[in-house]
Amino acid sequence: MKYLGLVIVIICGALLLYATQDFPAWGDPSAPVHTHLSPHFITKGLEETGAPNLVTAVLADYRSYDTMFETVVVFCGGIACILLLRTFVQRTRGREYRHIPTGVVLHIQNPEKKLKDTREFELIDNMWVPQDLIIRTVTRLLIPFIQIFALYVVAHGDFSPGGGFQGGVIFGASLILMAISFDLRTALNSISERMLGLLCALGVVIYSGIGLTCIFLGGNFLDYSRLTAILPVDPGHIRALGMLGVEIGVGFTVMAVMVIIYNNIASAGRYKQGL
Amino acid sequence: MHWPIDLIILSLVIICAIAAISVRDLLGTAILFGAYSFMLCLLWANMGAVDVAFTEASVGAGVSSVLVIGAVFRTTRRTKD
Repeated sequence: MKYLGLVIVIICGALLLYATQDFPAWGDPSAPVHTHLSPHFITKGLEETGAPNLVTAVLADYRSYDTMFETVVVFCGGIACILLLRTFVQRTRGREYRHIPTGVVLHIQNPEKKLKDTREFELIDNMWVPQDLIIRTVTRLLIPFIQIFALYVVAHGDFSPGGGFQGGVIFGASLILMAISFDLRTALNSISERMLGLLCALGVVIYSGIGLTCIFLGGNFLDYSRLTAILPVDPGHIRALGMLGVEIGVGFTVMAVMVIIYNNIASAGRYKQGL
Repeated sequence: MHWPIDLIILSLVIICAIAAISVRDLLGTAILFGAYSFMLCLLWANMGAVDVAFTEASVGAGVSSVLVIGAVFRTTRRTKD
């Protein structure tokens, strides 16, 4: 079986290498992409879109339709992860509560019985280990800065490298860091499963909503210049503003999907105890 | 452009790729995969594609390593083949 796989890989690789011979040579100045597309983007990009970062201008304006379906692909990835991994079967083996001042652990067999005062007792996992003071403190200091940096990356996507995908991943990484350094329950207290599902869909809704708004204002799908009818911005900047809007949508979806995938993998779909 | 840097990074990419598929310990594979992504990120930055390098650093070297390590912890650490 291994050798069969190797043979298939070698045949496919040889076909791909053979097909690349039809491509223009690397850096060939007479290739079609360098005679038509690139000069247009480089010379007209700034005045047509108002975004200094050409990569974002191409991704979120010239090829915005493409990016919208990339966002949908990320959304579908998150949904597929939930459908594959999430289990709703609860094992009723009771709960463990830890008395915080003394460290005594109570095991309650009856699943209906709950402790009222959570100020002194905390619900813990049956594989509970004490959280390290150094890791907790450093993470608590670090997470706000990571999140501010993520917001900066999203907001400055059209001026400097970055954008919705990168910013969303960094924001999701800060939440994953919280789930790793504390525990999954702390992370779920700050952003719940329901909230993550909503944010995941909200991003796609924002993106396609901006596109549909442009249709209702009389333009093409995702033609941001039509947004001047409802936003009091000067027409030179309206396309950059539309790009910022769709980048925010992408950021929401990517952030939520990253955290959903981590939560499902780390808790084996039970959302009880993480790594 | 900077061909010595390119050469060093490209050989490191190939070494990381071969090591990642030949190592028996899957946790080691996850770390080597992260190193592979980071080397690719340096390669993109060297070519001047800063946006791609940024994406590679955050998605490839950052989050996907964490997800792979999480999957290794929930399954098995030794590979069978």
